[in-house]
Amino acid sequence: MTKADIIEQVYENLGGLSKKESAEIVEKVFETIKTTLERGEKIKISGFGNFVVREKKERTGRNPQTGEEIRILPRKVLTFKPSQVLKNAING
Amino acid sequence: MTKSDLVEAIAATSPDRTKKDVEGAVNTIFRAMCDALVRGERIEIRGLGSFRVKERVERVGRNPKTGEMVRIPTRRVPHFIVGKALRARVENVEPEVG
Repeated sequence: MTKADIIEQVYENLGGLSKKESAEIVEKVFETIKTTLERGEKIKISGFGNFVVREKKERTGRNPQTGEEIRILPRKVLTFKPSQVLKNAING
Repeated sequence: MTKSDLVEAIAATSPDRTKKDVEGAVNTIFRAMCDALVRGERIEIRGLGSFRVKERVERVGRNPKTGEMVRIPTRRVPHFIVGKALRARVENVEPEVG
């Protein structure tokens, strides 16, 4: 499934919106999600899951090939935690 | 930001769309994604990332309270891989070379 398939479903479900308008609204949804996450804020979609930006502290790692010690800088990572509803639906 | 905050934010910047349309669109998007994952289908959203369903094999676990052995059956779990563009935006780091 790609964004085009999602746009198609929005177009079919909503009625009254053109394909172009459906595409615009879908783009806007994903863009809003991305800018929110970029600010470090989480996104909670009930029935689907939560997107959470987690702060990782600096730590010392090791290059497994050379054994050399390297500093891993503090960074942020984006994680997705699926909702129980989604997990149950997938196993249903 | 919750789903309803998302609807509000988009409705506020979309004067030609009714809030009902925005809400319908948001609900349709996540419903479609849910349905795809239930079918075992992979989802790829350019600029955001991709979702797929992973198989977890059966294993024997232990109830940490009672120490009792329990069989954890094979199950499927949804998995998200963040896209390169979003990863760079969120992590605020230079994209890796190679």
